[in-house]
This record gives sequence, C-alpha cells and structure tokens, in this order.
Amino acid sequence: MSAPVVAVRDLVVVRGGVEVLPGISLDVAPGVTGLLGPSGCGKTTLMRALVGAQRVRSGTVEVLGEPAGSAGLRTRVGYVTQAASVYDDLTVAENLAFFARVLGVDRASAEEAVAAVGLHDTREKVVGRLSGGQRSRVSLAVALLGSPDLLVLDEPTVGLDPVLRRDLWALFHRIADGGAAVLVSSHVMDEAERCDRLLLMREGRIIADGAPEEIRRSTGARDVEEAFLRLVEGPGDAA
Amino acid sequence: MSARVTLAVAGRVLRQVRRDHRTLAMLLVVPCVLMSLLWWMFDGLPGAMFDRFGPALLAMFPFIVMFLVTSVTTLRERSSGTLERLLAMPMGKLDFLLGYALAFGLLAALQSALAVAVSVGLLGLDVNGPVWLLGVVAVVDAVLGTALGLLVSAFATTEFQAVQFMPAFVLPQILLCGLFVPRDAMPDVLGAVSDLLPLSYAVDAMQELVGRADQGEVWRSVGVVAGFAVVSLALGAATLRRRTP
Ligand SMILES: Nc1ncnc2c1ncn2[C@@H]1O[C@H](COP(=O)(O)OP(=O)(O)OP(=O)(O)O)[C@@H](O)[C@H]1O
Ligand SMILES: [Mg+2]
Repeated sequence: MSAPVVAVRDLVVVRGGVEVLPGISLDVAPGVTGLLGPSGCGKTTLMRALVGAQRVRSGTVEVLGEPAGSAGLRTRVGYVTQAASVYDDLTVAENLAFFARVLGVDRASAEEAVAAVGLHDTREKVVGRLSGGQRSRVSLAVALLGSPDLLVLDEPTVGLDPVLRRDLWALFHRIADGGAAVLVSSHVMDEAERCDRLLLMREGRIIADGAPEEIRRSTGARDVEEAFLRLVEGPGDAA
Repeated sequence: MSARVTLAVAGRVLRQVRRDHRTLAMLLVVPCVLMSLLWWMFDGLPGAMFDRFGPALLAMFPFIVMFLVTSVTTLRERSSGTLERLLAMPMGKLDFLLGYALAFGLLAALQSALAVAVSVGLLGLDVNGPVWLLGVVAVVDAVLGTALGLLVSAFATTEFQAVQFMPAFVLPQILLCGLFVPRDAMPDVLGAVSDLLPLSYAVDAMQELVGRADQGEVWRSVGVVAGFAVVSLALGAATLRRRTP
C-alpha cells in the first residue's frame, strides 16, 4: 500500500482539563475508513486535529505529507463538522456558490456537488427550511467542492433514512475509487460493514484497526458490534 | 489576503441581510423615523435644538446598529461551525474581517444616505459643511461598530450575552460623547474618559460639520475613529483562531 494519507503519532489533546486523546497513533490509507466508537470517545476531537482546528498538546499529525492545518492543505482536505455548518438563511445554491468562491472552485463543480448528494431539486430552497438530513447533505456537498484528496466526515449519516444512508455510502466509495481517502466517523456499529477499513476507538485510544472481516475473525465475533464489546469486556484478546 | 475571498464574504453577508426583510427595514427605516421623532419633539421649542442633537444621533445609528448586527451574526458564525469551516479553507482572517467591514460599511452608507436625506431635505437640518462628508463619517463609524461587534462576539457564548454587550459597551459612550453635556464642560475625569471613547470623536465630527464646518477638524476626528476601527479589527483578528481548545 502507498504512503498513508494521514499519519498520527503520539497525539495528546487536552480539552477542558481532561486528556481526551492520551497519546493516540494511527494511519489512514486511501479507501473508506470508518472511525467507530461510543459517544464521547474522542472521534470529533481527532477529526478536528486532522483538519488543524484542534489545539493539541503534543505529538504529530501529518496529512498528505504536510503537518495538519498547513496552508497548502486547505484546498485539499474537505471537512464536514458534526453539526451542519452551512448558512441557514441562504439557499442551497447560494451556500455552495459562496464556499466555491472561497475555495476558488468554478460553478460547475458546485452544481456537481449538489447533484452528488441528491439535492438537485431543492437547490433553490433556503437551508433553514430543509429537513435535518437534507441540511447535513448540504454540509456534505460543501466538503465535496474541489474534489479534495482527503474527506473528513464527522457522522455524516446520522439521522438519515436507510435508503439515503445506502446512497451516501455508495457515494463515499465512488469518491474513494477516484483515489481520495475518506474518513467517516460513526457511533453506530452497523455502518462498520460498509467500510474498507475500521478504526475502533474507545476513551481516546484505538483498540482495533483492520478490515471489518479481519476484526470479526480475530475476536471470533459475528459482527463488529459484538467484536467491539469483546474487545472492551472480553478476555483480554485486544490487539 | 485575497480580494476574491473578501468580496465573497461581503457578498454573502449582504445577501443574508437582504433575505432578512425585517432586519433590512429596521436598518434603513428606523433611523429616518427616529430623526423625524427628534425633530417633532423639538418642534416649537426655542433654540436650534434639532441642530444640536440631530448630528449626534446621525453618528450613533451606524455605530449602534452595526455593533449589534455584527456581534450577533459573527457569534452565529462561531457557534454554528461555519467559522471553523471557513478557517479550514483558504480564508485569511483579514479576508473575513474586511469582508464584514465592507458589507456593513456599504449598508451604513445606504442607511446614512437615507437618514441624512430625510434630516437635511425634509426636516431642515442645517449643515454648513459638505453633506457627503456626513456620509463619510457615518461609514467610518459603521466600520468601527462592526469591528467592535466582531471583537465582543469572541467573549459571548450565546446571542443573549452578545446583546448584553450593547448596554455595557455602547451606553457609556452615548452618555459621555458630548450629547448631554459638552465634553469640555464635564468633570475632568469624565472628560478624560470621554477622550478615550471612539463615539466621542464620531459625534465631534458630525457636530463640527453642522456647526463651524472646519473640514480639517472633521477629518482629524474621522481619523481618530478610523484609528479605533483599525485597532479593533486587529484585536478582532486575534480572536479568530484556526485552532481552538
Ligand atoms: N469544547 C470542549 N471543551 C471541553 N471538553 C470538550 C469539548 N468538546 C468535547 N469535549 C470533551 O471531549 C471528549 C471527547 O469529545 P468528542 O466530541 O471528541 O467525542 P465524540 O467521540 O465525537 O462523541 P460523539 O459521538 O458524541 O460525537 C468528551 O469527553 C467531551 O466531554
Ligand atoms: Mg463527535
């Protein structure tokens, strides 16, 4: 496999006086990688560190060969925050047009991004009047602008219906097939099977790392949820 | 810094305001109504009271309104995650700040054009200096309000708190700007404090234009207000952090 897209080494992050990430190390390769773990385990914190939004205490975070947050990365990394970060008082098209101008991306690319998330028919609607799922797809469309080499998606499928979820996962795989790396977080374990690779996280640490099938096999579990529980509670076979 | 990004921000802010009809109406109509009210109140009283209070009011509108609007909008940007997203994009802090300053400066120009037209054209406010200079003072004043609004939004976590900064930051300036008591007639301590507050200079500039109309004096006051605006923008830039805890 080629050099990792993301390389995190001994990353320590302290938030509100608590060591949220007490020295985490991991790699993210091209393909769709799932970052799975219970609520509060530090997924958002880790993702913020990857895009250079998180103040870190020590350790290194390298993205596409540069330190995270470098100026050169700002057009190459797409980031979807957990809450839809778009303007509620603008229409879908206006939101996309604004972010496209900031990124220096042409309008055609904005149209493409809207179509990719299936919002073509709602493009003239004001975002504040869309459903929660539609809003988060607008936010996702913004991250797709300019075809970034790394997409960091913080729980992009929460609150979506099964059909949409399936479609979005298909989209993530299409993007990955185009050569980009996609890192998707979720606290819903049943999304695990849709990933090429998984990072299972708990209390700021990676407790398992590998293909879903690999993780299942090594723990002898039927599904990833059970594997996670065995890793946490089971007879010390975590590795 | 990039002109493209600055203009994108300014364009977006103006679009947001334009979509919000109520805010737009408040921005443009309320100053005209208040000027008329002031004129009506003093109508029939001896002395040129409207000429004394009118200019100060013209200096206050852009400052107060832009302070409020900016502190709430930028607080929204901070809490909704759009600021975090923008700063992860190729957006300089100055692009963001100047984009806002540009948008609200333009709005202020429109606002004061209307308020001045009503005051001078309809209500007979006597202006000895050039009328366009009133507009310049108003715009610089609005940029100051915008800059201070940006700055205080960093210290508020809710919109409710942001609005509370208005009495804390703005009311003292209104009291000490020379509207109620001429600045040189105040107790020494208050006079000194008044010398440190930007709104005093904005009011000075407006009153000078209406009174003796020494243009050098006007530009000097405008310069002081602009200086305050630049310092506030610089402090505001320091509160925009790409990395947050
Ligand atoms: N702004 C903050 N200030 C202080 N502590 C914070 C802050 N944000 C998060 N934390 C703490 O950091 C820890 C990790 O939070 P984080 O948001 O990274 O979790 P998460 O895995 O993304 O959870 P979820 O699945 O609920 O989104 C939590 O214990 C949380 O209380
Ligand atoms: Mg989270």
